Amino acid sequence: ANSVDKNARPLSLSGHVGFDSLPHQLVNKSTCQGFCFNILCIGETGIGKSTLMDTLFNTNFENFESSHFEPKVKLRAQTYDLQESNVRLKLTIVNTVGFGDQMNKQESYQHVVDYIDTQFESYLQEELKIKRSLHNYHDSRIHACLYFIAPSGHSLKSLDLVTMKKLDSKVNIIPVIAKADTISKSELHKFKIKIMSELVSNGVQIYQFPTDDETVSKINTAMNGILPFAVVGSSEEVKIGNKMVKARQYPWGVVQVENENHCDFVKLREMLICVNMEDLREQTHTRHYELYRRCKLEEMGFTDTNPESKPVSLQETYEAKRHEFLGDLQRREEEMRQMFVQRVKEKETELKEAERELQGKFEQLKRLHSEEKSKLDEKRRSLEDEINTFSKKKAAAELLQGQSFNTNANLKKDKDRKK
Amino acid sequence: LSECFNMSAPPHPQPPAKGASHAAGDFSYVGIDAILEQMRRKAMKQGFELNIMIVGQSGLGKSTLMNTLFKSKVSRKSVVSTPEERIPKTIEIKSISHDIEEKGVRMKLTVIDTPGFGDHINNENCWQPIMKFINDQYEQYLQEEINIDRKKRIPDSRVHCCMYFIPPTGHCLRPLDVEFMSRLSKVVNIVPVIAKADTLTLEERDFFKQTIREELRANGIDVYPQKEFDEDSDDRMINDKIREMIPFAVVGSNQEYQVNGKRLLGRKTKWGTIEVENIAHCEFAHLRDLLIRTHMQNIKDITSSIHYEVYRVRRLNETNGQPNAQPPNTLVNPQQANGVAAQHQVLTHEM
Repeated sequence: ANSVDKNARPLSLSGHVGFDSLPHQLVNKSTCQGFCFNILCIGETGIGKSTLMDTLFNTNFENFESSHFEPKVKLRAQTYDLQESNVRLKLTIVNTVGFGDQMNKQESYQHVVDYIDTQFESYLQEELKIKRSLHNYHDSRIHACLYFIAPSGHSLKSLDLVTMKKLDSKVNIIPVIAKADTISKSELHKFKIKIMSELVSNGVQIYQFPTDDETVSKINTAMNGILPFAVVGSSEEVKIGNKMVKARQYPWGVVQVENENHCDFVKLREMLICVNMEDLREQTHTRHYELYRRCKLEEMGFTDTNPESKPVSLQETYEAKRHEFLGDLQRREEEMRQMFVQRVKEKETELKEAERELQGKFEQLKRLHSEEKSKLDEKRRSLEDEINTFSKKKAAAELLQGQSFNTNANLKKDKDRKK
Repeated sequence: LSECFNMSAPPHPQPPAKGASHAAGDFSYVGIDAILEQMRRKAMKQGFELNIMIVGQSGLGKSTLMNTLFKSKVSRKSVVSTPEERIPKTIEIKSISHDIEEKGVRMKLTVIDTPGFGDHINNENCWQPIMKFINDQYEQYLQEEINIDRKKRIPDSRVHCCMYFIPPTGHCLRPLDVEFMSRLSKVVNIVPVIAKADTLTLEERDFFKQTIREELRANGIDVYPQKEFDEDSDDRMINDKIREMIPFAVVGSNQEYQVNGKRLLGRKTKWGTIEVENIAHCEFAHLRDLLIRTHMQNIKDITSSIHYEVYRVRRLNETNGQPNAQPPNTLVNPQQANGVAAQHQVLTHEM
């Protein structure tokens, strides 16, 4: 918007100064640096996202067909370096993989939202770095989101509405009707009206081509009324007349991609690239990214003004947070220490218990042993007693025997004497 | 030489035709180069900002030169009569903004004057208020940048270029010149000019310039265009030529005179008329071309991506260790002494 600074007084120049070359200087610098543009394509598998990208940028981006059996929605990003005359473009195309294929599609949009947020987060991190290099930074934030609507001819699917509603405050959404060659002209007209009214009634904010610059307001206003663009993509060429044109050949006729009577492809290319690429980038940076940044910083507890609407020093907030954080740390440390002490006590008691048990067992065993020992001792004594008795008896018996022998001997002796 | 970088009539490439007129037979055209036109449109709509500071003793023709450069009364000469009243007791920093427009390009030009510089008997530390002013502008920008709710376009009051006026003694730089330029060249783009060069003959001028260049080199003073910021070999080639010519010996004038049937800006004397825009007479045209027609964007870029970033790094590292430290050389409302490192630190803690 034109802003007249109240502090500046207008002055007229009496001659040619030369600063009218400034836009040229600015453009020169940007040309040297190169440009960056990132497109996100959301749509069901097989709806023609890759083909449309190939057609749009006149290149074969070498995408392979995706399977319909992805368990979760994934995002695949690929970066290409394109050049046209002296303009170098670093184009990143992000495609959803497996969108709309799952039985339960509740989580479908979440991955997309997460991806977009991740790119914002990277930029925010770089911006907050102490030593940063923003002009060298490869901006990966999504500048335009092409949402591919299936050409049912009736209305939007509930998945479409839910997804677009989740994304409209994060990215510039440009809805397109894919494979538009399956819809007749009259059906298409009704379809477009139905889609737009559904979007409006559900409060979905799609990207509006800017109408504040007189140079382009007329064409942009017209195009805003033709949304969503009904597109057909094709990398194949068919000979029409004496030219080769991008087209799809059917038995009943040839759909020419760049024929504005056949589809809105040319309009899409015009709007997306030729007229509004810079505005898409600017909106992403000044609106969507700023919103993300504001929410993220507020989430972390930073404010510009405290409840009494006085400017809050970030310093104070930081100090408060730091105290909180340190206090939290201390508390956790205390907790851990206490838990540790507790555990040690428990273990100690356990061990003491075990010791006592062992001791008890030992005592018991000792008792058993001494009992057995005394039993054995008794037995030994009794045995000894028996042995004693026996030996006494033996001795006595021997004595007797000896005596009797002696007697016999004596008798014999006597006999001998008597003879 | 002025042919090299004189872009008085920049070519405007034809915007690509809208609609189907380019599709006929041109299959490989996508339209990526249309972004140049889009950027130009955006720049025209937004307008540009330029902040120039002029520093030098009084009577060196600073205001006149500004008026000559921008062909309008951007600097009003003070109306007080006596020199004593004209020189303020302390160095003042006076900032005046103007909205100017040329061929649809709108610019907010702010001229920052520094009356009192070098005019006192004791000029020690006269660079300080100027350094402080420059740092204050960086600080202001930084504060806005770290706000949660910040403006779409942060108003840029940072000094893009500081023109330093050297009196035409013909000998060498004075201690004041060396002191000032050596300190300030680290924080801002300095463009030194030899003021009132109509008192020097061509030989004296060349000798003077050479001496100045040597002294700058000897004192490690890097003036614009700084050698270390040359981006590629093309840049270096162009800038080397400029570096061989600085400081520009300039003459300013608001008066037009009839010379050879043409009305030209000049100074009429008994022995002839000095044509300001004649490169045989003085180097005003070179200065104008450098400052305005070819390197203006570059000057702004170096300010924002190098000088400002250096300030920001220093500031963030300062408040890192001592949370309550005020940044030196700035007059900041204590309420708003934001810990610039805070957001960064908390972010890294959280991550």
